[in-house]
Order: sequence, then structure tokens, then C-alpha cells
Amino acid sequence: MTRRTTIAVALDGAGWHPAAWRDPSARPADLFTPGYWSELARIAERAGVDFLTIEDALGLQSSVFAGSDERTDQVRGRLDALLIASLIAPVTDRIGLVPTVTTTHTEPFHVATGLQTLDFASRGRAGWRVQVSGAPHEARHFGRRTFPPFDLDAARREDSAFVRELFDEARDAVEVVRRLWDSWEDDAIIRDAATARFVDREKLHHIDFEGEHFSVKGPSITPRSPQGQLLVTALAHQAIPYELAATSADLVFVTPHDDAQASSILQEVRDAESRVGRRGRPLSVLADLVVVLESTPALATAALERLDAWNGAPAASDALIVAGTPEQLVERIAALTALGYDGVRLRPARLTRDLEQLAEWVLPAFERADAAGTTLRERLGFERPASRYAAEEVAA
Amino acid sequence: MSTTRRQVHLAAHFPGVNNTTIWSDPLHRSQIDFGAFEHFARTAERGRFDYLFLAEGLRLREHKGLIHDLDVVGRPNTLAVLTALAAVTQHIGLVGTLSSTFNEPYELARQLATLDHLSNGRAGWNVVTSSDAFHGANFRRGGYLDHADRYTRAAEFVSLAKELWGSWAADAVVADRSSGRFLADDAIATFAHRGAQFDVAGRFNVPRSPQGSPVIVQAGDSGDGRDFAARHAEVIFSRHSVFEEAQQFYRDVKGRLAGRGRSEDSLKILPAVTFALGDTEAEAAERAREDSLAQVGPKTAITVLEQVWGVDLSDRDADGPLPEFDPDPEASITKGWAPRYPNAVQIAQAWRAQAEAEGLSIRELVIRVAGRQSFVGTPGQVAAEIDRYVQERASDGFVIVGTTSPHGLDEFVDRVIPELQERGVFRTEYEEGATLRRTLGLPEPTEVVAEVRRVG
Repeated sequence: MTRRTTIAVALDGAGWHPAAWRDPSARPADLFTPGYWSELARIAERAGVDFLTIEDALGLQSSVFAGSDERTDQVRGRLDALLIASLIAPVTDRIGLVPTVTTTHTEPFHVATGLQTLDFASRGRAGWRVQVSGAPHEARHFGRRTFPPFDLDAARREDSAFVRELFDEARDAVEVVRRLWDSWEDDAIIRDAATARFVDREKLHHIDFEGEHFSVKGPSITPRSPQGQLLVTALAHQAIPYELAATSADLVFVTPHDDAQASSILQEVRDAESRVGRRGRPLSVLADLVVVLESTPALATAALERLDAWNGAPAASDALIVAGTPEQLVERIAALTALGYDGVRLRPARLTRDLEQLAEWVLPAFERADAAGTTLRERLGFERPASRYAAEEVAA
Repeated sequence: MSTTRRQVHLAAHFPGVNNTTIWSDPLHRSQIDFGAFEHFARTAERGRFDYLFLAEGLRLREHKGLIHDLDVVGRPNTLAVLTALAAVTQHIGLVGTLSSTFNEPYELARQLATLDHLSNGRAGWNVVTSSDAFHGANFRRGGYLDHADRYTRAAEFVSLAKELWGSWAADAVVADRSSGRFLADDAIATFAHRGAQFDVAGRFNVPRSPQGSPVIVQAGDSGDGRDFAARHAEVIFSRHSVFEEAQQFYRDVKGRLAGRGRSEDSLKILPAVTFALGDTEAEAAERAREDSLAQVGPKTAITVLEQVWGVDLSDRDADGPLPEFDPDPEASITKGWAPRYPNAVQIAQAWRAQAEAEGLSIRELVIRVAGRQSFVGTPGQVAAEIDRYVQERASDGFVIVGTTSPHGLDEFVDRVIPELQERGVFRTEYEEGATLRRTLGLPEPTEVVAEVRRVG
């Protein structure tokens, strides 16, 4: 039996092309309304998309890495992704919801309970896209520490102590969050009227994490959520983030531009797993693709050219931009799964146009078996783990 | 009756993690499943309540070094559950308790602005100032804020948040496809703030939300708390529910407003109350007694006593007399509760005197001082009493505290609300598209943009 191809969709503003908001299918005046996000989620859910990711950042969008570009011709402003996912949760039934939440300036305790609450509100469909923030202007929004000017060249050479530190902190943050998710055993609430006890406090655990950037006592204020451990994901382009994914995540998004790169990146991910001594299930690996879809290759190319013209320059993208027909995209996805990928995360260049094209033409091309259950973990074939603290007792 | 009767405002308090909530009641279901929140919110909206209210605690309570297990334990993240509730309600306000100590202004301001956008203008923020090292142990920021600095930080936090909320021009987003202009020129003011608590600068990344800023709610009761309220609060969640005390508090706080250039109706005072209803007065009294007994079991009675005395009293019989000795004013064996008993020796002496005079056991005394239902009677009587408080300026309405989840509000909505509507003092419909601020009858906040420096 062939593996079920995972198909995720990444939502961001009016779409992934910086000029997407000018497309006739865009709703640029509605980007900050509840109806806009619920409608996108419903389209994706009806199409059978496995999960949505939602972008976020603790600073204003910019076409330059550090600081403001003063542009007025692109979408600026962004709502909190975890809260957008929380809004979508009660109005959907099947689709997974994976908001981006930054580890750099945020409180791991709030991150943990926010995601657990999303898991309750979605009845087990929540995940987390872990993200670091190295931008000095975002650090100034918090004012607790000063970041060095970001040295993009050093980061590209993978020779930046600062980048290493950001990712070490992210690893600690995920560890704290995962411990908090386990800090209530599943059966901690007993409501035993005879002894007047609401909880069995033997099943609530301090997590006692002490690290360089923070110490967290625990337990969570929130009981263990439907999935217990939520699906943790990360986008990675280099060895350090691959190692974070290998240490901390269940699933990684990568950005191959061709088959040769797809193979080499997959190997790099597996090497990172070996280096960090990952045990248990290997990372699920999804390839990110930006998509511009029209019925003929010429129309798709023209659509991308029109977007680029509005933008004044070709869009810069970490991920491959596929401007083509739905059939071409399906072939691309099939090639990736043949190389050993678990599936793809598709970034619609234009919302809603490319999401609708995906729903109508691409998802139906995959005759996928029904998902194995209703939670996000089940949908992607992950077991529901017992609390690590419960496991300890059994072992003792 | 004339149409000028003062209107009642009501908030619905989701059952808390304290002994007011009667989890032993067979009607009590989950207090964490989303369905419970959904039912409670929908019921409150059916009853045309002004807003739903959630408390928050950032660490599980401990008593005598152990996690307190007698009361409900466990609750959701406030912002996430309120935003989820925005999707299943249309009119009711969504007010959450969020700490100004264990959050940072930029992040919390954008989360609250997001809630306001995604609820179409129904967000409110109950500002609390938790400060101790016990809670701090769960946070990057850590404990400990000097008690005196709590309101300094809260005031600086709220001022800064208001600056961020006001930093986008109301018409910033143009989104004009043909000209290719998404933002108006100079649409986003920069901020630069250097104070005792925060040293931050940059640009906010959420457009102006429907209300401009969420409704600010506050519960502090000290002199500092009342001054903070006079400056920033639009609603006070008050604990003064006894009529004369409530009237006095009402006069005191409303009297501070003029000095801040605020009108009397720019701040609503809503005491928290519980209720017990019956078809007859006697039936209601019996239910109130049953609720009190359920809320103050023998172990809870001893726990309350230990909180005052500061020592272990587990060998005491809850049906016996109070301890004959005085509390150790330095001792504390409880963590995570709001400080309820600042003057333990005095309280202990008063309790002992009352118990001796009236022949009360420990449990009976605790019920008398801390476990009585506020409004007891037939639905008509309870409605009349609510009306009296509001007409005679003891309050602008109430925060109705549910005692079971999620059905604790059903009876109030089915039986008391119609009586209030009959009296002409409570809305029968929401105003279409109204923001929470408008539902509460609050004036628009004074323009914060004026304070913002526009730099490029």
C-alpha cells in the first residue's frame, strides 16, 4: 500500500506573492476580518487539505530583512496566527490548524496553554509551527535584550553564534512546551466526591525546567489536551534548523528547487537526525511550493508575470515557484513523493484564486484513502503518546 | 414607568477555579472542553448579557506545599478560548483577565487587537497585576515585582498598549487595486517609549481594530487600584455586593472621575454576585443553604481557616469551635490565591467573636463570612433587588457568577432576565453591529492618537 500523500496549505495575508492583493480574486479590504479567514479555511477543508499553516511575526512585514522598507504598495499588518486558528477551530471539523508561534520573545508557558486550548477548541486538530525571530527591530518591540545587526552572510555560511543561540533557545522553548503538555496525566481529573478531591495531585507534575534563557516550574494550568502532544513543525533551510527539527519536531518543511536538491535536502535532514540522535519515528518531510495555477502553462506564466509587474520585480522566494497547470503541479508532487517525501505544503501565490484552483483541480487528483482518524496526529498517522510522566511511573 | 430608568448591565462569569463552583453537583460537566464554554457563551448571549467574563490564574494553587485539590483545577488560555468563542457568538462581549506583569505590551496589545478584529469589536481586557515569585516561576520574566510597582507597571503597560492601538491611522488600509496603493501615506506612526518598566520602540503590526482599543476592566480595590481605575478603567469588577458598602464604593470611585476629566457614565461598576432561585422564598433559601454546604465542605472550611491562621489546622473538627489562639501574622501556607486576608489577627478575632456570639462551628462560620449566596429569592424578587441596586446607585449592574459548568447560567437567563426586561431595565435585543463599548453604554475613549508622536 502506498503512503498517503500529505497535502498542507500555507495561508498568509492575500497570498504569497507580494502583489497578490491586487489580483481580482483577492479581498484586500477583508484581510483583518473573521469572515475572510473562516472562508479560506472552509474552502481548504472541503477540498480535503490535511492542515493549514498560518504565518506570523512580531513586526511589520518588509521586503528587506531587517527593518522597515516604507513601502505602501504591499500588504502590511497581520493578525496573531494562534488566534486566527482559534477562530477557525469551531467552524471547521476535519482540517488541521498549525499556527506559527515565535519562540524568541514569547513566554513558553503562554505558548503551551494557547496551543493546548486550540487543541481543545478544534477537538484535537492543533499543531505548532515553531519559528525564531532574529530581526533586531522585533527585539526592539520587546526591549529586553539587544540583538546584533543581523549578519546575513554569516548566517548563510552557517557560521553565526547568534543564529546558534536563537535555535538553542527555540529547542529549550519546545522542550518546556512539550513538558507542560505532559504535565497533567490524562486521568488527572477524578472528581471524587467521597474524598472531596477534584484532581489526583499525584498525576500533576512540576516540569522544573531550568535553562539559559528561562526556567519554568509548571505544571500547565491547562489539562492534557485531546492529542496530548500536538504536532510540532518547523520550516528549515540549513543544518542548524534541520537539527532543531530533528531534535524537537514531528514534521519539517523544506524548500527544494529541483529533484537533485530534493534528494540532497532529504539526506541532510536524515543526517541531522543522526547527529542529534533522534529516536522513534523519523521526521515527516514536506516540500514547500509556491503555486500559481491556470489552465494552460502560458496563462500561468502570464499570471505570474502580471504579479511581478505589479510588484516592480520578480518575487523573491525561498521556495520553488510553480507557475503552471494543475496537472504539472500534480506531477511535481508525485515526483517528490517518489523521492521519499511525505507530501507538500502548498503556498498559494494568490488568495483566493490559487486556493480555489487547488481545491477544484489538484486535491481531487490524489485518490487518497480516508484519513485514519479525526485528530491531526491520526490524520498524519502519528500515535497519541502517553504523558512522559505517566511513563516514568510505569518504568519505576 | 418612564423610559428614563437606569439600565442594568450584566456580565456572565464562567465558573471559576475556586470553591464557588460546585463540581460535585451532578449537573456540573466539564470545565475545560470547548463545548462547555460554547454553551455558557451562547446562554449568556441568549440572555442578552453585555459580556462573558473569564478569570485567569497562571499557576495552579498550592496549599501547605501541595497542589490544592478540593476545587476545580484547570482552565484554558484566555485569549485562545475567547477568540474561539468569537466564532460561535455574534453580539456578546468577550472579556478576559490578562496579567500586566507576565505579558509584554507589544505582544499582548496585538493579541487583544486581533481578538477585537476577529470578534468585530467585542473585546475587553480585565487588567490584573499579579506580581509574586510564586507565579513568576512559570515565566521568562520571572518573579518578582515589588508590591508598590504593580500598578506602576500596569499603568505604564496600559498607556503603552493604548499608544500601540492608536498608532495606525483609522483609514490606514486603502487597498486600492487600480492605483496599487495598499497603505495610505504616513499611515503607521512609530512609537518610542522609555519608562521605568519598558524601553521599546518600533512599529505596531496590527491595523486599528473596530473599537480602537478593547474595553478596559479592572478589579483592584486598594487606593492605588481605585486611582488606576479612575484613570484607565471603563468597567470595575467589584467585590462590594452588600448594598450599603456597594453604594459607598460606587460614590468613592465615581467621585474620582471628575478629577480625571471623565464623566460618571464613562465607568461602569459591576459587583460580582451569586444567586439562588426558588418558586417561593423558602425554596430559594433552602437551595441557597444547600449550595453553601456544597461550596464549603468540611475540608474547604478548614482550608479557609488555615489561610487566615497561616498554620496547619487539619486536626481540627470543622463542626467544632474556632482555634482559641491568634494567627501568626508572618506565616503563610497558601500560594496562588488573591490576598484576601491582609490583616489576619484582626480577622481571626472578629470571626471568633462572631462564632462565640452566634454559637457557630468552623464550617458554619466560614459559610457565614465567605460562602453565602448574594441574591436569594424568587426570580421576581431577585430582579427587583438588581433593579434597586442600579436605580439607587449602588451599582450599574452585576457580574453573575455561575456555580456549575456549563448550565449554571441557564436558570438565571430563563427566569430572571425576563423579569428584568419586564421592568424595562434590561435590553430585549442587542443593537445590530454594536461594539462591546456601545453595548455597555460607554462613551468612545478620548482620542489616543493625539498623544502619539508621528515620525515619518
